[in-house]
Amino acid sequence: MHELSLMENTLAIVFEEARRHGSDRVTGLRMRVGSMSGVVPEALEFAFEALTEGTPAAGAKLYIERIPLACYCSACGNEFEPPPHSFECPVCKTPSMDIRKGRELEIISIEVP
Amino acid sequence: MCDHCGCSEPEHHQHEHVHPHEHEEPGKTLEVRRPVLEMNARLAERNRGYFKGRGLYAINLLSSPGSGKTSLIERTLMDRGANLKMAVVVGDLQTENDANRIRRRGAPAVQITTGEACHLDAHMVAHALEKLELDGIRLLFIENVGNLVCPASFDLGENTRVVLHSVTEGEDKPLKYPVIFHDAELVVINKIDLAAAVGFDRDTALANIRRVAPSARILELSAKTGEGTREWYEFLEKAAQRS
Repeated sequence: MHELSLMENTLAIVFEEARRHGSDRVTGLRMRVGSMSGVVPEALEFAFEALTEGTPAAGAKLYIERIPLACYCSACGNEFEPPPHSFECPVCKTPSMDIRKGRELEIISIEVP
Repeated sequence: MCDHCGCSEPEHHQHEHVHPHEHEEPGKTLEVRRPVLEMNARLAERNRGYFKGRGLYAINLLSSPGSGKTSLIERTLMDRGANLKMAVVVGDLQTENDANRIRRRGAPAVQITTGEACHLDAHMVAHALEKLELDGIRLLFIENVGNLVCPASFDLGENTRVVLHSVTEGEDKPLKYPVIFHDAELVVINKIDLAAAVGFDRDTALANIRRVAPSARILELSAKTGEGTREWYEFLEKAAQRS
């Protein structure tokens, strides 16, 4: 459950950004979570609810954009979403170590009143 | 434009007055675009610089609890401690047990007790390094908290990642925890002395590792009996030369 500590980091950034823009409340948070970020979106949602209670972000909405895994095949130049448990290029069967998308764990934007 | 409500009047921040328009606007969206782990990434870079500056090669050693991380370090110190100068940072939720085991083998060791955190982060490692006598040390083991999920997300500034997988865990751990295996330069299969007793299916295990970690090197050994450790020591000696 490192989602709890990740959400603490997230909220620190969120409140810093809100303050920087002169807002003392946050009504929404948009994040991008890759399927290979090692983070479970549902656990983030749970942590968000638990940690925002009684803060200026209480009741705010969390939108999580899930990013599927995308690998690049250095052998044939194909960009592909690998099947589960595999990094194999579906065209030429070469395993890929080049992950282009799917590791994201980012705060995209926040909403303030 | 008024910052609060977006109306066109420049100076009407006294919100006691009645507005000619509704104040139920949807609000503003502020672009942020910052990685959640930006602070960890910065501190990891600092650790990396520190390792480089001291000529240290740092290995982030990862596995489930009980795969034999500490035992492998103990065995390594016993067999190679005299020629290869090593130090250890070890993370656990509780107890100093692992650091004590390592100190008994003659290596400087610092225990990080994370309390509730299921992983080490770059900040914890930075503080642990302050407590470690590193003169003459070439190789630093960072024994992470036993966990195949959370530690994967945290860069510690290490030079490489080694994942330990013991035969008693079965064959499908790589498929269940692909992130941590994918990032490993080396996967060590430990406890091979028990393989027959637990009915370990070696071919399946190797195939599973290769599927999620196609470029990782795989070594098979027993930290207990010492079988297969020669290649592990060669890996470490080469690593120390890279520092």
